Amino acid sequence: MKKSKSLLLMIALVLVIGTVLAGCGGNNNNANSGNNASPTNAAATDNAGTNTGTAGEETLAADQTLRINLSAEPPTFDPAQAQDSQANTVLKTMYEGLTRMNDETGQAEPGIAESWEISADGLVYTFKLRDAVWSNGDPVEAVDFVNAWKRVLDPNTDPTAPYAYQLYYLKNAEEYYTKKVADFNEVGVKAVDAKTLEVTLKAPTPYFLGLLSFYTYYPVHKSVEGNAKWATSKDTMITNGAFTLTEWTTGQSLQVTKNDKYWDAASIKLSKIDFSLVNSGATELLSYKNGELDRAGAPTGDLPSDQLPIIEKELPNEFNRKGIASVYYYEFNVTEKPFSNAKIRKALAMSINRQALIDNVTLGGQLPAFGFVPPGIAGADGEYRTAIKDSYFTEDVEAAKKLLAEGLAEEGLDKLPTFELSYNTSENHKKIALAIADMWKQNLGVDVQTVNQEWAVFIDNRQNLNYQVARAGWTADYNDPMTFLDMWVTGGGNNDTGYANPEYDKLINDAKVSSDLAARQEMFAKAEQMAIGDDMILMPIYYYTNNSLTKEYLKGITLDFSGAIDLTRGYLLEH
Amino acid sequence: MGMVRYIANKLFYMLVSLFVLVSATFFLMKAIPGDPFTSEKKVPPEIKARLYEQYGLDKPLYHQYFKYLGDIAQGDLGVSMKRLNQDVSHLIGQTFSASLKLGAVAIVVSVIVGVVLGMLAALYHRKFIDSAAMVLAVLGIAVPSFVVASVLQYVFAYKFGWFPVSGFKGPLNYFLPVAALSAQPIAFIARLTRSSMLEVLNADYIKTAKAKGLSWIQILSKHVLRNGILPVVTYIGPMTANVVTGSVVIEQIFGIGGIGKQFVEAIGVRDYTVIMGITIFYGVLLMLARFITDIAYVFIDPRIKLSGGKEG
Repeated sequence: MKKSKSLLLMIALVLVIGTVLAGCGGNNNNANSGNNASPTNAAATDNAGTNTGTAGEETLAADQTLRINLSAEPPTFDPAQAQDSQANTVLKTMYEGLTRMNDETGQAEPGIAESWEISADGLVYTFKLRDAVWSNGDPVEAVDFVNAWKRVLDPNTDPTAPYAYQLYYLKNAEEYYTKKVADFNEVGVKAVDAKTLEVTLKAPTPYFLGLLSFYTYYPVHKSVEGNAKWATSKDTMITNGAFTLTEWTTGQSLQVTKNDKYWDAASIKLSKIDFSLVNSGATELLSYKNGELDRAGAPTGDLPSDQLPIIEKELPNEFNRKGIASVYYYEFNVTEKPFSNAKIRKALAMSINRQALIDNVTLGGQLPAFGFVPPGIAGADGEYRTAIKDSYFTEDVEAAKKLLAEGLAEEGLDKLPTFELSYNTSENHKKIALAIADMWKQNLGVDVQTVNQEWAVFIDNRQNLNYQVARAGWTADYNDPMTFLDMWVTGGGNNDTGYANPEYDKLINDAKVSSDLAARQEMFAKAEQMAIGDDMILMPIYYYTNNSLTKEYLKGITLDFSGAIDLTRGYLLEH
Repeated sequence: MGMVRYIANKLFYMLVSLFVLVSATFFLMKAIPGDPFTSEKKVPPEIKARLYEQYGLDKPLYHQYFKYLGDIAQGDLGVSMKRLNQDVSHLIGQTFSASLKLGAVAIVVSVIVGVVLGMLAALYHRKFIDSAAMVLAVLGIAVPSFVVASVLQYVFAYKFGWFPVSGFKGPLNYFLPVAALSAQPIAFIARLTRSSMLEVLNADYIKTAKAKGLSWIQILSKHVLRNGILPVVTYIGPMTANVVTGSVVIEQIFGIGGIGKQFVEAIGVRDYTVIMGITIFYGVLLMLARFITDIAYVFIDPRIKLSGGKEG
């Protein structure tokens, strides 16, 4: 009896271990042998090298249904309430603003506005609207924009628009929100006639045409008035974009269908887009390989980072990597010792090896960052980062040691006390924090305690300066260095470092009112030199990349400078 | 009379427990740092103040608490603070329907497969079938469900291509998540059935029945199964509550928009009304399951007597 029991236990154990090992081993096998089960394998060899093939050879697939995954469900489809990239992805298919971004050129192109004129002082924009209609057939008129923008700026909208400040570029917009101006007619937007919209700005804003393609600036149909719940059901959503929402099962799936009334319907080849809502990178990758998705990975979904090098080798023709305008960094609480000392901060920034971190830990082909404004952001002439190199400091362990010693002497310390490095719960943040803490230990002999915090707790602590060194990331809101550099002004809403430098504030304020592009760029370069080169209020680590997989038969999907995706002009080739 | 009082008593205690649950969750939830409007890109103070005002978060805590109690007393769970203007009841309804469908199938499968496995093991006691069934049972209990789920997904969806990897659209979508979800209950039920059937098979009345000349089939169906399955019935109550409330891990792996996933997401973004709504929903569901099990005991097990004063 006893013997048979222990035998049973043995068998069970062997089976358990066997199953687990089989699970792991299977993955590797697959990585080496290529995906036999994938229906795209044949297509991959057929189409190899025809990436640049001319349009003439392309045959469209009969079924133009694009299948894609969103790693989170958009919390809302009300353009005034949206705040996140997932909502952006879906709203972009459903709405069109005055302009549309051409992701290839990075320029704003006519959208609902057919043409526009800009006054000499750069303050007044006059838009001529084209003959576009809503999905129910009503014409899209200038007044739809006025009403939409009024909803955003009205503190009594239910609920008030969290992104109302995205419209503060308009004259008297902030004043209207804060009730200093009671009459909306004084705000800088006016419907001159049904097809003419006049917009007056507070200050010349070189990137304003690009902003108009952003969802907070989308028009809404007049039926939304008085119906706070209009965006919670597909039946009450009247939109003006290339697609309309036709299915929505909370937590499960979304579907948009081509809108035949869209003014440019002739350029839309997709008949439907099916979105699944899965927030597991492993599942998304498997679904893609299994032919259930046509595209996987950033920005809509997620690929497991430890799989990236494998995928890159396994599916070279489907794997894409693109730098995006986002930066990953560690910020210092400059209001508290010992990080009130710039030399100590610099020593930390100079004593890590960014490339080693990227090659061994993050694995996503990110770019080492030595500045705060990422590549891809427009400057006076071409990209800002091309004109102004991010050579504000170098990695140099010896110099770092010297700086640390000097800094400690200034602070009257003989050794850097153990400090806390906090990050929000995530496998990737954890790996990076441990690697960097180890580099600091090795190179400078300082002791670091890494602290893992749940997301909202972490944000709360960071915003209240209740930290020493903390992980952070920033993505561009619009295509201008200002979206990165105006963060660090004294008392700025997103200035979580406690940095206060009147000279820096002056540079940013001057740049805000300047319409001279070259002069602005100079001011930005000086400001960046000040914050990073001189004061090192934060330690840049890397510029983000988007890693994604696209089936070779899927074409026409574009990503903009910030990594936001435009699905509307996509199409599927026969496969 | 005894029954009515018994039920009234139970209901009263359920209400008290629900009240304690709601109050404890409310204050604990408010005690964690962050709120629904915490975001990496900070909302300007004037806009944040306005949002607080609209959702009543600017009021003192006791005020928010009593207002919430008043609302739920009227059956109003409110609207989500993150999924703007969506009714909490709608969110619960949509996500629970997915968990319920999946859970119901999983329960039926677990009971049938578990009982059959357990019976076979008991009937072929110490034979190969017994050992095989028990190895399976040990495996089912020992291997965590996410491992089962991942392995099933990899082998049957990806390698063999028999089932979709993820989604919840057609009947094919049910197979893998149901298998992953029922692995543990099957193992448990099989073991329960086996041991209680073994006990029954050795009982004197079975010998009597055999002596009377009843056929095996009759003995099995009339005597063995009926008595042997009793412990399984008591296990079904808590298992049902467990399974239909949604397994976060299984839902995550197979991309199913169930209520478990929804609950975890709501906590992550501090969606106060949704957290409370699902907590109340879970509470009621679990209490009802317990309640029904308690009532069922009274009918099934004659040893349980209601305090009707008969003894006196």
